[in-house]
Amino acid sequence: MVTFFSLGLVRGIIGQFIGFAIGFGLVAVARSAQGLEKNPDLAVLVGAIFGLFGFLLAAGVFTDWLKWIRGVETPLRHGPPKYRPAWTRYFSVDNNHKVIGIQYTVTAVLVLLLGGALALIFRLELSYPGMQFLSANQYNSLFSAHGIIMIVSILMGVGGMVNYLVPLLIGAQDMAFPRLNAFSFWVAIPAAVLLVAGLVIGGWDTGWVAYPTLSTTTPELGVQLFLLGFWIVGFSSIAGSLNVIVTVAKMRAPGMGLFKMPIFVWGAIAASLIQLTATQTVGLALLMVVMERALGLGFFGPGALGATLYQGGGDPLLYQHLFWFYSHPVVYVFVLPGLGVISELLPVFARKPLFGYKWIALSSIAIALVGFLVWAHHMFVSGMDNSLRVPFMMATLLVAIPTGVKFFSWVATIWDGRMVFPAPMLFTLGAISVFLLGGLTGPILATVPTDLMLHDSYWIVGHFHATMFGGFVFPFFAALYYWFPKMSGRMYNETLAKWHFWLMLPAFWIMSLGQMRIGLLGMRRRIADYDPALGIETTQMLITFAGLVIGWSVLIMTYNLISSARSGVRAGANPWHSRSPEWQIPSPAPEMNYERPPVVVGDPYDYGHPDTEYVSITPASAGD
Amino acid sequence: MSRNVKHLVSVAVLVIVGAIVTYFLLRAIYILPVAASAEAGPIDQLFDIQFAFIAFLFALIVVFMLYSVVMFRRKPGDEQGADFHSHTVLEIVWTVIPLIIVIALGIFSAFMLAEITEANPGEMDVHVQGRQWSWVFSYPDHEEVGFSTSLVLPVDQPIRLLMSTDDVLHSFWVPEFRVKQDLVPGQITELRITPDLEGSYKVRCAEICGLDHARMVANVEVVSRAEFDQWISDQTPLLPLDEMSAAERGQQWVVELGCNSCHSVDGAVGAGPTWLNLIGRNEDLVDGSTITVDGEYIRKSILNPSFQLVDGFADSMVKDYDERIAAREAEIAERQSFELDMIADLIAYIETLAE
Repeated sequence: MVTFFSLGLVRGIIGQFIGFAIGFGLVAVARSAQGLEKNPDLAVLVGAIFGLFGFLLAAGVFTDWLKWIRGVETPLRHGPPKYRPAWTRYFSVDNNHKVIGIQYTVTAVLVLLLGGALALIFRLELSYPGMQFLSANQYNSLFSAHGIIMIVSILMGVGGMVNYLVPLLIGAQDMAFPRLNAFSFWVAIPAAVLLVAGLVIGGWDTGWVAYPTLSTTTPELGVQLFLLGFWIVGFSSIAGSLNVIVTVAKMRAPGMGLFKMPIFVWGAIAASLIQLTATQTVGLALLMVVMERALGLGFFGPGALGATLYQGGGDPLLYQHLFWFYSHPVVYVFVLPGLGVISELLPVFARKPLFGYKWIALSSIAIALVGFLVWAHHMFVSGMDNSLRVPFMMATLLVAIPTGVKFFSWVATIWDGRMVFPAPMLFTLGAISVFLLGGLTGPILATVPTDLMLHDSYWIVGHFHATMFGGFVFPFFAALYYWFPKMSGRMYNETLAKWHFWLMLPAFWIMSLGQMRIGLLGMRRRIADYDPALGIETTQMLITFAGLVIGWSVLIMTYNLISSARSGVRAGANPWHSRSPEWQIPSPAPEMNYERPPVVVGDPYDYGHPDTEYVSITPASAGD
Repeated sequence: MSRNVKHLVSVAVLVIVGAIVTYFLLRAIYILPVAASAEAGPIDQLFDIQFAFIAFLFALIVVFMLYSVVMFRRKPGDEQGADFHSHTVLEIVWTVIPLIIVIALGIFSAFMLAEITEANPGEMDVHVQGRQWSWVFSYPDHEEVGFSTSLVLPVDQPIRLLMSTDDVLHSFWVPEFRVKQDLVPGQITELRITPDLEGSYKVRCAEICGLDHARMVANVEVVSRAEFDQWISDQTPLLPLDEMSAAERGQQWVVELGCNSCHSVDGAVGAGPTWLNLIGRNEDLVDGSTITVDGEYIRKSILNPSFQLVDGFADSMVKDYDERIAAREAEIAERQSFELDMIADLIAYIETLAE
C-alpha cells in the first residue's frame, strides 16, 4: 500500500483530481458569488489547467527544476530507485531514456487496446442497418473518442520508438535533456485522463476534428474536456521533438556523420522537425474554440456583415485552416518513424545493403517539407475557390514522389537478398503492402473532381486506416518484436507472433478494401446508421468481422510480450546478427548504454561484407 | 549479370499479368453508383484513370516483393545478399517519371475541375437550406413552391444550388451526381449539377452536424421537363393564410421548421416524443414529476426546450426556435399583412393528431 502511493502515476492522478476540483470550484464559487449564471465550459477550462499542474507537481515531474530555482543542485539520478522495488521506476518519474521509451510504449499499447475496443463497439452497431443497441449520441461519442484516442496511441508509440532507440542508435548514453524527456511523457497522462473523462461524462459528437460551429455551440461538456486534453498532448510533442533534434545534433558517436547514422534516426528527425514547428497551430485552433465556448469570443461564429470579433464576426473556415495546417503534417509524424523502421529492418533480414541510403534519408525530409504545403486538401469541399483548390491539388500529388522513392528503394533492397522471415520481417513486409494500398489510394483524393465524390465517405476511412496501419501499426509491431530482446533480455514466442501476423494481415486487407468499397457506393463517414437501400450490409458485416480478428490478433501479441518478458528464453546480445551499435552491447541494454562512445569504423549497412564492422565498441572489461 | 536479367524478365512478365489481374479484381470490388449527372461523365473518366494507375503500381511493387520473397531466400551456405548500395541513374528515373506523371494528372484534373464548376448557360437557381437535421428547398424562379422538403429537378437542366445554413456545417451529397459541397454558416456556397438521368435519389448530409447527422436525408426527384412544369403549377401560390384553418397552417409550419425530423405523427419514437395523442397525455419528466401536456406546455417546450424535459429523451432539441419563429412571424406580417401565432397553429395541428 505504501508502495502504491509512492508511485508517481498514482500521486499524479490524485494531484490532478485535487487540482481540477480546486480550479473548477474557484470558477463556480466566484461566479455564483457575483450572481452570474453557470459557465461549466469556463470551470472545466480552469479546472483542467489546475489539474494539469496538480498532476505534474504531485508526480514529481517538476521536482528537480523547482529545486534549481531555489539554488539546490540535483545530480541526475541513475538506476532503479533506492528503498523501492525496481519495477516502481516504470510508474514514476525516471530520467533514463530506455525507461521512458518503455513507459511510452506500454502506454501506447494500452491506449491502442482502448481505442480499438471503442471501435469494435460501434462497428458491431454498424454491422446491420437500424440502431440495435447504441443511441445516436453514444455512437457519435464513440467514434469521436476513437479518433483522438488512436491518435494519442500513435503519438505515444512514436515517442516510445524514438526515445528508446535514438540514443542507442547514435551511440549516446541518453537524450540531451533527460528531465525534459520525462516531462514529455508524463504530460500526456493528464491529457489522456481528460479525454477519457470527456467520454465518461457523456461524450461529444463533433468527431476528433471538432469543427465550429458545431464544436462552439454544442451543449455537450465532453467537447471542452476533449479540446483541453488534445491541447495538452501537444506539449508532449513539442518538448519531445526538441529533445530529439538537439540529441542528434550534438551527441552522435565519433565518426558518425549525418549520412552514417542508422536510417531510423532520419525518420525520427523528420518527424521531430514537424512536431516542433506545426503543433503550435492546432494548439491555437483548439484554444480558440475553448475560449469561444468559455468566454463567448467570436473567432469562428459568423456574424452580420461588418460585425467585429466580439459580435461574432468570425469565420468557421479559419478553424479548418489552422487545424489542418498541423493535422496534415502530423500524419507524416505518424508514419515517418515507422517507415524508418522498415528501412532499418530490411537490410538485417535480407543480409544486403540498404539501397540508396542518401535518397531514402532525404526522402524523409522531403516528405516532411512538402507535407506542410498540402493541408487544404482536407477542405476541397469546404467552400474554397478553385484558385486555392488547384495549387493544393498539385502540392498533394507531389508528396507521391519522395514516397515512391522509398517503395522503390525497399524493393531494390530485398532484390537478390538472402531473406529469412521471423516476425519482425513479416510485419515489415506486411507494412509495405498495407502502406502501398494506403498510399495508392491517396492520389484519387488529391485530384479534386474525384475528391468531390469521395470526401467524407468511407473511402477516406479506408485510406487513412491503410496509411496508419502501414506506416505506424505494422512497423510498430515489427519494432516491438525486433527490439524486444534488447529491451527485456528475453525472446518473444515466435509461434504466437506468427499467429498474430497471419491473422492480422489478411483481416486488415479485407477491412480496408471493404471500407473503400462502401465509400464508393455512397456510405458516409461519422454516421450512426445507414440506408439499407445502399445494399452494403454484407460488406459492413465483413468489415466488423475483420476488425474483431485484428483485435484478437493484437491481444495475442499482448499476451505474448507480457509472458515472454516474465519467462521467455533468455536472449543474447545480438540474436539478429545486426551491425547496428545497440546489438553490440548486452541484452537487456545496460543502464548507461555504452561504457565508452562507440567509434564508427565502417558503413552501417554493409551486410554484403561480413568481415567488416559498422562500429567498434570498447569491451567493458578493457582496463580503464 | 545475366542471372539478374533473367530474373528481371520474369518479373516484367509477372508484373504485366499481375497488373491486369489486379485491375479486374479492383473493378469488381470498387463499384460506383449509377451516373446520373453530366458532371459524372468526366469524373468517372478520372476514376477509371486512377483505378488503372492503382492497379499497375500495386502490381509493380507487390509482384517484385512476392517474387523476391519466393526466389531470394536464405539457404545454408548461401547467406550473404548481393553487394550493391545504390544506382544513381535508377534513382533519377524513378523520381522523374512519377513526377511527370503526377504533374500531367494534376493539369488534366485542373481543366476538368474548371469544366465541371463553370457557369452553364440557362442555369436555374435552387436554394438549399440545411439545418439540424433536415433539408428545405426553394425555387427563386418559382416562388409559389414555397418551401419544399423534396428536391424536384427537371432532367438535363443545368442547376446552380445556392446553399446556406443558420446553425452548423452540413454538406450536400447525392452519390449518383458525384459532386459534393459543404454548407457553411455565414456564407452562401454554390454547387453546379446537371442531372441527366430521371429517377429517385437521396441527398444525405455529408458533414457531421450533431446528434441526427445520420438521418439528415431528403428525396431528390429528377423528372422530365413536362413533369417538372406540372409539379410547379400544382403548387399553390403564396399561402392563403387567412383561408387556412389554424391546423392547416400548423401543418405547413411543421414542414418549414423541420419538427418532423424528430417528432413523428404516427406514434413512432424518434429523437423527440411523438405528437400522436400528445394533448392530454401524461408525461414523466427528467426531474421525476409528471405533467399533463397542454398548449402551455407545448409553447414553453418550443421556446425553451431544456425546461421540463420528458424523461428518456436527450436535451437535443434545437434551441433557437424562439428566434426563428419570431423572424418568420415578422416576415409574414410584412409580406402578407397577417398577424401570425405559429405556435398556436402548431398546437391546433397537434390537436388533430388524436385517435
